[in-house]
Amino acid sequence: MGDLFSLFINSVFIGNILLAYFLGMCSFIAVSKNVDTATGLGFAVIFVLTVTSPVNWIIYHGLLAPGALSWAGFPDIDLSFLKFITFIAVIAAIVQAVEMVIDKYSPLLYVTLGVFLPLIAVNCAILGTSLFMVERNYTFIESIVFGAGSGTGWMLAIVSMAAIRNKVKYADVPKGLQGFGITMIIAGLMAMTFMMFSGITL
Amino acid sequence: MPEEKTNYMEILFKGIWTENPVAYQVLGICSALAVTVKMSTSIVMGIALTIVTAFSSLLISSLRKQIPSNIRIIVELAIISSLVIVTDQILKAFFYDISKQLSIFVGLIITNCIVLGRAESFALANKPLDSFLDGIGNGLGYSLVLVSVAFLRELLGSGKFFGFNIIPQFIFDAGYQNMGLMVLAPGAFFIIGLLVWLKNSLPGISKEER
Repeated sequence: MGDLFSLFINSVFIGNILLAYFLGMCSFIAVSKNVDTATGLGFAVIFVLTVTSPVNWIIYHGLLAPGALSWAGFPDIDLSFLKFITFIAVIAAIVQAVEMVIDKYSPLLYVTLGVFLPLIAVNCAILGTSLFMVERNYTFIESIVFGAGSGTGWMLAIVSMAAIRNKVKYADVPKGLQGFGITMIIAGLMAMTFMMFSGITL
Repeated sequence: MPEEKTNYMEILFKGIWTENPVAYQVLGICSALAVTVKMSTSIVMGIALTIVTAFSSLLISSLRKQIPSNIRIIVELAIISSLVIVTDQILKAFFYDISKQLSIFVGLIITNCIVLGRAESFALANKPLDSFLDGIGNGLGYSLVLVSVAFLRELLGSGKFFGFNIIPQFIFDAGYQNMGLMVLAPGAFFIIGLLVWLKNSLPGISKEER
């Protein structure tokens, strides 16, 4: 239990998927202009990550990993090179399914999250989390915790960035630095503050 | 024909400098930064991305009349993923050490906005050869940014260039220290921010929209 908790804290703060591994930058820059939209996208990312990470775990360890097909009588087959195309297809399919389910059962949630779901399919944070999960040999339970933690960390970063950018509107930024430039510098400062957490051992 | 040639040069040059994908279109910085701690990894990453972009643009453009528009994203993703798998296997076979260092970031070329962005905005509407050059131009432009960030980070962060020490010992004796910050994540953010500032202040380049 303690291990899982420390994995969660680790993926939210120290190994923050956005600020330490630079994943999901595109939407981070594009959608961080408004706190409400950033929060909506953040929740959508947490949700999709928590679902796709374990599903990809099952598919990888059940079909693709070296020797995974031994239940079907092919112990020598190693399909792990197919993981990229499989994961991206799984992610796209899950995003589509989630969109349809939300649309059917919770129109209110659909209004807030719906517009972001197609964006998420090509968000590097989602594919990156699945690939990290394979590379670091997480167990099934760990893959759920890691997915949720990465999503939470991503949301934390994008919501704080949106709040800071709101304030920056009133600041007198040099002309060439306005827009993208200053956003990157703020992200750098945020990454520095998040690194303070790396002293924490649980 | 000379006129044709200038046209091709323009397509190529546009991606490399005037509409550089990283700094101008704000695309694809996802994987641009994590591999920039060292020159060697960032150059390999740049080459891999250029090849994938060029060939995906070529293939998608050749198939553009066959791809139905409502399922085009999935077709594009399938083409790009297949190219990335091939690239990854080649890297694993011939450059195993570098492929280990690049870890998941080769795979993330699939979701790199540059590849899909060029496919959507250029390859679907242009001839195969033009799209191929456009892909090469954008890939090289991306590599240019990647390599300049890596150059600064490796030089300032560990005093090295391609793994060789180039800061002479007497400078260290005089009290110079490597900047540990540059090796860590924040350094990359700062350098990209400052590079964009530099680029926006130079003349002759399309300005970024706010």
